Amino acid sequence: MSTAQKPARRDGYVYFPGCALSANGIAYDESLRTLYRLLGLGLRELEDWNCCGATAYMSIDEGSAFLLSARNLSIAHRMGAEEVLAPCSACYLVLRKTQDYVAHHPSVRRKVTESLERAGLGPLNTVRVRHPLEVLYNDVGVARIQSLTTRKWRGGRIACYYGCQVVRPYDEVDKPYNPMRMDELMQAVGAPTTDYSLKTKCCGGSLTGTTAEVGLRLNYILLKEAARKGAQAIVTICPLCQFNLDVYQKEIARQSGERFDMPVLFFTQVLGWALGGEPRELGLHRSLAGQSLIQRWFAAKEEVEAYV
Amino acid sequence: MSEAGGPVRIGVYVCHCGTNIAAVVGCGEVADYARSLAQVAVSREYKYLCSEPGQELIRQDIRDHGLNRIVVASCSPHLHEHTFRAAVEKSGLNPFFMHMVNIREHNSWVHEDRAKATAKANDMVRAAVRRVALQQSLSRGRVEINPGVLVVGGGIAGIHAAMTLANAGKKVHLVERQPSIGGHMAMFDKTFPTLDCAACILTPKMSSVKAHPNITLWSNAEVTGVAGYVGNFDVKVTRWPRYIDEDLCTGCLQCVEACVYKEARFPDGFNMGLSKRKPIYLPFPQAVPQVPVIDPETCIQFKTGKCKKTCVAACADRQAIDFQQKEKIEQIRVGAIVIATGFQPFDASRVPYYGYGVYPNVYTSLEVERLVNASGPTGGDVVLRDGRRPKSVGVIHCVGSRDVDSNRWCSRVCCMYSLKLAHLLKEHTDAEIFNFYIDMRTPGKGFEEFYQKLLNEGVHFIRGRVAEVTDWALDPTEEDKLVLRVEDTLLGTVRRIPVDMVVLSVGLEPHADAGEVRRLFNISCASEGFFLERHPKLAPVNTFTDGIFLAGCCQGPKDIPDTVAQAGAAAAEALALIDAGAVETEPNTAHVIEESCSGCRTCVPMCPYNAIVFDAAAGRARIEQVLCKGCGTCVAACPSAAIGQHLFEDAEIFEEIEGVLANV
Amino acid sequence: MLAMIRRKMKFQREADPVWADQISQQPGIDRIWSCVQCGTCSGTCPLSIYMDFTPRRVVALVREGFRGDALGCQTIWLCASCYSCTAHCPQNVHITDLMYRLKREAIQYRMFPKRFPIPVLAREFFRLVQRHGRNSEVWLVVRMALKSNPFALLSMAKYGFGLLRTGRLSLRQDRIQRTKELQRELSAPQEEPQ
Repeated sequence: MSTAQKPARRDGYVYFPGCALSANGIAYDESLRTLYRLLGLGLRELEDWNCCGATAYMSIDEGSAFLLSARNLSIAHRMGAEEVLAPCSACYLVLRKTQDYVAHHPSVRRKVTESLERAGLGPLNTVRVRHPLEVLYNDVGVARIQSLTTRKWRGGRIACYYGCQVVRPYDEVDKPYNPMRMDELMQAVGAPTTDYSLKTKCCGGSLTGTTAEVGLRLNYILLKEAARKGAQAIVTICPLCQFNLDVYQKEIARQSGERFDMPVLFFTQVLGWALGGEPRELGLHRSLAGQSLIQRWFAAKEEVEAYV
Repeated sequence: MSEAGGPVRIGVYVCHCGTNIAAVVGCGEVADYARSLAQVAVSREYKYLCSEPGQELIRQDIRDHGLNRIVVASCSPHLHEHTFRAAVEKSGLNPFFMHMVNIREHNSWVHEDRAKATAKANDMVRAAVRRVALQQSLSRGRVEINPGVLVVGGGIAGIHAAMTLANAGKKVHLVERQPSIGGHMAMFDKTFPTLDCAACILTPKMSSVKAHPNITLWSNAEVTGVAGYVGNFDVKVTRWPRYIDEDLCTGCLQCVEACVYKEARFPDGFNMGLSKRKPIYLPFPQAVPQVPVIDPETCIQFKTGKCKKTCVAACADRQAIDFQQKEKIEQIRVGAIVIATGFQPFDASRVPYYGYGVYPNVYTSLEVERLVNASGPTGGDVVLRDGRRPKSVGVIHCVGSRDVDSNRWCSRVCCMYSLKLAHLLKEHTDAEIFNFYIDMRTPGKGFEEFYQKLLNEGVHFIRGRVAEVTDWALDPTEEDKLVLRVEDTLLGTVRRIPVDMVVLSVGLEPHADAGEVRRLFNISCASEGFFLERHPKLAPVNTFTDGIFLAGCCQGPKDIPDTVAQAGAAAAEALALIDAGAVETEPNTAHVIEESCSGCRTCVPMCPYNAIVFDAAAGRARIEQVLCKGCGTCVAACPSAAIGQHLFEDAEIFEEIEGVLANV
Repeated sequence: MLAMIRRKMKFQREADPVWADQISQQPGIDRIWSCVQCGTCSGTCPLSIYMDFTPRRVVALVREGFRGDALGCQTIWLCASCYSCTAHCPQNVHITDLMYRLKREAIQYRMFPKRFPIPVLAREFFRLVQRHGRNSEVWLVVRMALKSNPFALLSMAKYGFGLLRTGRLSLRQDRIQRTKELQRELSAPQEEPQ
């Protein structure tokens, strides 16, 4: 939509990892950094970043949630960035929503401006919030990713799972209905994708932890439909989706009595591997589900012979 | 008529318009204020000035107080300028000594603060008082009316309007863009609520149009130029080539039979692409005129120039096929125009969550009309795109309607045609049918009874807007089905309903090129793009352009009975205009001030109505008063300030500006 | 048997129209007055199948001012903020924002089911971030479990091992350096939770 073609920043993208990417979603962080290195793009971590506010925070105090995001945006601005990269869906949405509400609701704008000044964080500014999927698609481009591919895909068919908060309610990263950008990137590196009707359905977020019977059921449906459509792996752009589908997969299989052996990967892991990254620096060893498939698909020893 | 010599004596009248104005503007205060202004002899407030006693009040004052200028502060001149001019004229004063101030639309309807609104009304009245003192006596022109009528669009609205006018003895030109008249109605199977066959009731009317001595039918043609004014419209019609001479063709269709394509291979538009046609084809069996058309996009002769031309051989000595045919321009003059350009169905692929174009068994309602039709692509046998016969069908109402992301309005006909399609599908397939609606709207004669009939036929009615049509399956009963996920709002619970076929009841919207048509005829559109009637209640078929009338769905969604009624009304309005023989024209025209004109001709090309001619002998420009529409373009363009405009003279406008700003 | 029969009627005196007006003042929520009760929100919601009131019915409760039902229902706690309702709504009602608004008020007035883990999680999350600027999953989960259902810790332990083994679990409380700066920013008087 509004994502104009822009050349890669010479001083690199300012990167906001967020809490998830420094803990359970660390493989997303590792693979993103590796991929950026392979693409020759700089990545500067946002200095002293704080929690984005996220869903849970919004439920307690919306005003403070906007302030948390405002601090991050303000620091990014101080680092000379016009754009900040937020790979986690929750972080992306809260930052993006903060910008929207600051721009369109005077009461929010007033409060954010006052609070930033009180903390000595400087005036309110407009730093554009971006998601790596959209950056790779628009700034780098499918053709360039394809041309930089050095490894032949040996894995199975993939279901691309976009989840909720990156495609809704804002439509800058991809279309809210049947998004295709991740599919196109996967196809560019040779990975076949399935027609996955659930690609923007919700994984339930933290419900797996709080109301397990509900959260696990949602993830069961996601896994089952991916398998039904012939997918052997799910590739996602969100640390929470990855966590739910990966970590709870064994428990879902146990409760449903069905067998699942479905790797759940970050799209940056697949792209990073295709561009020549090493399995360990892409965090491929950190997946719990489908580890035997992962080791077969991304085995280091076959790399050279496969390509030569 | 009085030329109003002597000192200026102004009467000011402030209307309450019930509470429309008085609730916000202090009308008494405004009247009091006006009384204090120079040259104002009388100032009054009144509850409804447009009423007969209100008008009489003004007339009485003119007689009793010798008033020679009148200011009425009330509603929009659109509504009542005519009323008050007539009232003033009746008392012997020139009607153009009356000036109206709009303190309703421009004031009370848009403001809340009483003090500020009243102060603004004072300013507006003061400006009018200062302007009206300078206004001059003017007289209206008179033009003869040409008795011919142009009807644009050959759907049921255009057909009915044309027939009514022709039967009244008027010469009618009916212009239709498609190769055949008939419009959407010709595509329908049955019509609600009586279930009579659309073709059976429409095609006799279509034939009558062709046979009528007073109707000239041009199909495959478009209006490409409109000039002139009420009573005298000069219309340019472009007749696009169909590559078959209508006068020579006998409609035997041997050319179609003989085409080098033995099998029909190209999507048939009339059957919504559900069947195939050849490059040379008759749009549908009952087409009027019964003349085939050649599609140059698919015809081999047009694409390569190397066809065996078996069609030409089959036509033999009739020699009706003409590959060289070019478009033909027809120029006609008519007194009135009826616009009946219809609608386009909402494009269902704009709502991606219903899977149109993704899942083959998702159909639009118009496709289903053809599918159940005995002369449709399958002869009325409901076979789906994947070869199945449906055992269950979901009919989704309001597709593309009542939705801020597509069209906000209710399309009015979808509830009823969805009921009809449910009935027809049940009749043809005995499938289990689910209708999904937000609100069931059946407010026509026999409509609610039809709903009752469907309820008793065992059709399921689920109150809820379907959230999505999808192919993901939770269990074997959903495998290979289209699954509808919907809240049954009457049960208050979410349901998943697997079906074989989905029907999307698409809404009605203005044609994609309605904006261009609007500009061509110089009429107005409402915000959603339908053509705007002059008054929603009291002038529903008139436009803001005199002599141009509206009929059918180009003015807003409506069903066939309403369309026919409106077409009849448009024809009656056109007849009333024509039979009057002549119309008066407003005097707000531009005029050249001869002594100032330098003859530079700057104005000549600026006029959108070609009303300015250059008088070479006198070396000056001249404005034809009957052609001038009073737009003011030339007045502003003249570098010598040599063009004035009646009712909008520089002095009047400057005085008005001075007046409104006097307290600033 | 008789004890299970409950009167379900609503009296107009139970309605609080002023409250409905207040709620719709919130940025994004004013569109609730345009709702035509079509049920698209419920139909598209992945969690509506578990809710006591579907999202559509919550909008109706709010508009009619039935505050007790709107704040006491499970619906608002099952909402996972996936924004499907907001994106699909044909009248552009920001239903997700409405759910947030109701959650905030329910927490403020403690109008949620006892030991219901979701509001507890939200509150613990809020406290952790307020204090440290960042969230630490382990401690968040532990605190939530202790305050809602301590036995849940046992079942959660089975996931912990796998995560520890793959280096995805850190027992350290992550924190930002300039906590003072953050606290100063957040120090404005605001709708303070209990």
